[in-house]
Amino acid sequence: MSDTYYTEDHEWIRVEGDTGTIGITTYAQGQLGDIVFVELPDVGKSLDAGDEAAVIDSVKAAAEVYAPVAGEVVEANDAVVEKPGLVNEDAMGDGWFFKIKIADATELENLMDEDAYKTFVEGLG
Amino acid sequence: MLNRQGRATQPEGAAATPTITTYTGHRGLAHEEPLSFEQGEKGRTGVDLPEPPKVADRLGGLARQGEIGLPGLSEPQVVRHFVRLSRQNYAIDLGVYPLGSCTMKHNPRLNEKMARLAGIGDIHPMQPASTVQGAFELMDTLAHWLKRLTNMPAVALSPAAGAHGELCGLMTIRAALEARGDKRKRVLVPESAHGTNPATAAFCGYSVDPIPATKDGRVDLDAFKKKLGPDVAAVMLTNPNTCGLFEREVIDVADAIHGAGGFFYCDGANFNAIVGRVRPGDLGIDAMHINLHKTFSTPHGGGGPGSGPVALSAALAPYAPLPYVVHDGQGFRLVESQEGDAHPFGRLKGFHGQMGMFVRALAYMMSHGGDGLKQAAEDAVLAANYIMKSLDHVMTPAFDGPCMHEALFDDEFLKGTGVTTLDFAKAMIDEGYHPMTMYFPLVVHGALLIEPTETESKGALDQFIGALAHLAERAKAGDTQRFAGAPYLAPRRRLDETAAARQPVLRWKPDSAA
Amino acid sequence: MRYLPLTEADRRAMLDRIGVASVDDLFRDVPTRARLNQPIDLPPHMGELEVERAIGAMAAKNVAAGSVPCFLGAGAYRHHIPSTVDHLIQRSEFLTSYTPYQPEIAQGTLQYLFEFQTQVAAITGMEVANASMYDGATSAAEAVLMAFRTTRRKRAVISGGLHPHYRDVIATTGGAMEADLAFASADPNGAEDLAAMIDDKTACVVVQNPSFFGHLHDLKALAAAAHAKGALLIVAVAEIVSLGLVTPPGAMGADIVVAEGQSIGVPLSFGGPYVGLFATREKLMRQMPGRLCGQTVDQDGKRGFVLTLSAREQHIRREKATSNICTNSGLCALAFTIHMTLLGEAGYTRLARLNHAKAVQTADALAAIPGVKVLNRAFFNEFTVALPKPAAPVVDRLAAKQILAGVPVSRLYPTDAALANLLLVATTETVTDADIAALAKALAEELSHA
Repeated sequence: MSDTYYTEDHEWIRVEGDTGTIGITTYAQGQLGDIVFVELPDVGKSLDAGDEAAVIDSVKAAAEVYAPVAGEVVEANDAVVEKPGLVNEDAMGDGWFFKIKIADATELENLMDEDAYKTFVEGLG
Repeated sequence: MLNRQGRATQPEGAAATPTITTYTGHRGLAHEEPLSFEQGEKGRTGVDLPEPPKVADRLGGLARQGEIGLPGLSEPQVVRHFVRLSRQNYAIDLGVYPLGSCTMKHNPRLNEKMARLAGIGDIHPMQPASTVQGAFELMDTLAHWLKRLTNMPAVALSPAAGAHGELCGLMTIRAALEARGDKRKRVLVPESAHGTNPATAAFCGYSVDPIPATKDGRVDLDAFKKKLGPDVAAVMLTNPNTCGLFEREVIDVADAIHGAGGFFYCDGANFNAIVGRVRPGDLGIDAMHINLHKTFSTPHGGGGPGSGPVALSAALAPYAPLPYVVHDGQGFRLVESQEGDAHPFGRLKGFHGQMGMFVRALAYMMSHGGDGLKQAAEDAVLAANYIMKSLDHVMTPAFDGPCMHEALFDDEFLKGTGVTTLDFAKAMIDEGYHPMTMYFPLVVHGALLIEPTETESKGALDQFIGALAHLAERAKAGDTQRFAGAPYLAPRRRLDETAAARQPVLRWKPDSAA
Repeated sequence: MRYLPLTEADRRAMLDRIGVASVDDLFRDVPTRARLNQPIDLPPHMGELEVERAIGAMAAKNVAAGSVPCFLGAGAYRHHIPSTVDHLIQRSEFLTSYTPYQPEIAQGTLQYLFEFQTQVAAITGMEVANASMYDGATSAAEAVLMAFRTTRRKRAVISGGLHPHYRDVIATTGGAMEADLAFASADPNGAEDLAAMIDDKTACVVVQNPSFFGHLHDLKALAAAAHAKGALLIVAVAEIVSLGLVTPPGAMGADIVVAEGQSIGVPLSFGGPYVGLFATREKLMRQMPGRLCGQTVDQDGKRGFVLTLSAREQHIRREKATSNICTNSGLCALAFTIHMTLLGEAGYTRLARLNHAKAVQTADALAAIPGVKVLNRAFFNEFTVALPKPAAPVVDRLAAKQILAGVPVSRLYPTDAALANLLLVATTETVTDADIAALAKALAEELSHA
């Protein structure tokens, strides 16, 4: 019953109806280390798949979060802006970044499911 | 605290230090020093100024209201404050400072003395040309030395630092391309490049296209050639590169970029390795910045000021920025606006350049002479190779030698020890050394980049090698505590950088005094 | 060679350990045709005495500003530097350390940077400041770029009262990114209307206070006009001593303040190195270019300082960095910090009052000369006078009489004939009553020749 999809850039998107909740994976937060700053997209912004949607700063690194699929931003998780450590503590849960109204559900077919992502991460050594 | 855990970090045989808590927080000669803002008293000052003459002010009603919030300290308090602070710093004057790519070499005090001559330090940049002929002569002389050392026909002196020199170089290239109606889009930058290179190219509006490295740590010439095209403005190559290696195919790179109608920018951060033995102009380079604070020993001063003159080829020289010095038969003068056949791309900073750095660099060059500069480069390369060879059995060099002025190791030798590159570096602090550059270049896993420079005696090098070998052996022996908690013996233990970045406190406030 | 510790025997032993016959073998990766096989055509090494003679001879050809009456300003000011400043910045541990990348052994540098940031924020009336930039002009250009990032707009309105070098550097860097730069024309009378130039595409308005021509302006209305269009107000301060007496930009609605810090602790040195100041509001903190020092604690809970928010910088973000800057102006920032600490509240404000009072006296003395007109109603320590004839030749002739009379505006605006007769005159605490009298007398004489 996998309703969660993954990208090679280590974003996840959890689908409920036509809404997708987007975050970064536990593996990604581990690679980045302590996250200190998160900048989220404005609600109402339209994103294409692969667009830069959010910015993450950790103590020693910086990364962008890309939109896994196209859609309009409907909600941003202000809690991770207030407390970036949430991403380290619970990347797949409370540390989500933003929600979008998915424009084209068929784009999800281009993403990995949990098993495929697991294999992908193992392949990274 | 350490010794309670039974692991002495001091040389074997040293007596254990009892744990003593002091009333003051000071520890012998190591003083804890509050902020100046925590020591101020109203009305106290460290300068005596006369009472201003009584005049009706002409501030147009804009007199400042309320307190500014500066503390009042007397002169002896200020002296003590900064002397105590100074003692919490490591410095090249204290010991080996092997920070790769930063070139921490001896800073002769003669240079400081020259910069403080009244005819150098106390001249105003807007004085009439007749009153500053010596200053122009000095700039011209420095440019002459740099031209001879690079075999390049022109030097733009004004850039304030290396990254500023990069900006100057790329803007010169852009101006030259635009002058021939050629708007190009891409700049090729090796993966191993310093972060300023891609940042500079992006700043100038170019897209950055990375060039992969070969297994031996150099630019992949074939991959580079495949990326060339009519939209490539320039290649930015560091040579010797950030892995401390000379780019063997540098002339092929030059020929290829020129064949594609682009320009060759060289990051001269590592010029100190080849001065007197290789002239960048002979390699086909069109523009190269020279970090005077690295190669020519102007002091780093805790992070600046720097100075980054750019040597230019004949093709680029007409596009150099304002201002520049010319000699017109009568004497020197400063060109501050477009004139003649020149097409300056603009201005990079206020006034004329880092004069205070020019004079220090020139004093350094004159002290060494052509012969001594070459010897210094050779000694720097010799010292780096000596370190690499002496440690190749306990640490893991990233590439086969010989190296140039810096020795690059990866963290293979730490594999399975539980000790990271960072831990290893922090343990060096307890041994009395500044750590080497870590995790740079990015193309090498857990990189440790060691640049000893020509400043170290053989005795100092041998002790340094001994200390690193000892630490490598301790890591392999499983003495992880020594590393994980290091440094133990510095003014501060490891600092919480996460807290600093999550809740930034960038200034003192009265209510945060507690 | 006195700076090179290795002996020939050392070199031999080191080559043996490496396993090569000569140092040439270490350079074997250099292509044969690129090897320089003859000595470079430069003089051989010299002793200290010889170098002192050579450079001393060049220095002797210059007229030191302190040896004559000096009224030069235009963005660089001759102030007295307490001897403590130069002594302390030459402490080895400050002079010969690098950027504080290892905070455990760089608390000295980091703490003074924290104090520097606090001082800069206080005097500018802003909330946060960075750890310094190259100089005032480059700070101004970086501020414009920061405004572009923050507002996601690419148009800047630039005052005609901004120092021409600052304008030129903004033109150069803004031009590189193809920004829309609206330059107001030179404003010698302090009468420009910048608010009319602001539209809803404008990212920022850049003004200088006191202006390049010395005028003091109340910027509150301009700030309101900028903010009404969603633009930022950037205020440049070229004479930082002014803030000891003049309402700071922070109290007039500035969003970013940039300044040249040279006047506090840094010698004239023919134009560099100087120290750029950069301050802003807390909400814009993460958009600030350059290095930042922040407070934290170490593993034992002791207060300490680190470089922070470095993810914005080039060494991490590479082509996406906020700025390509790597080096700052550390040692000049230290000189600034020490001098400002010596001054304190009492000294800084008195120094500013002293500067202003001397300038008022000088302006009155010059205004009394027939044909000379002071253009400024309100000023700090620098003002513009209109002479009855071109200023540059007058300045040259007074220089021949050992008086540095000021900066002819034509030096910075060489093609604007309307400005040819204007002279900028700056007066600091180093100017004596006798200097003022000498200038007034020489200028009156010069002008009496018609």
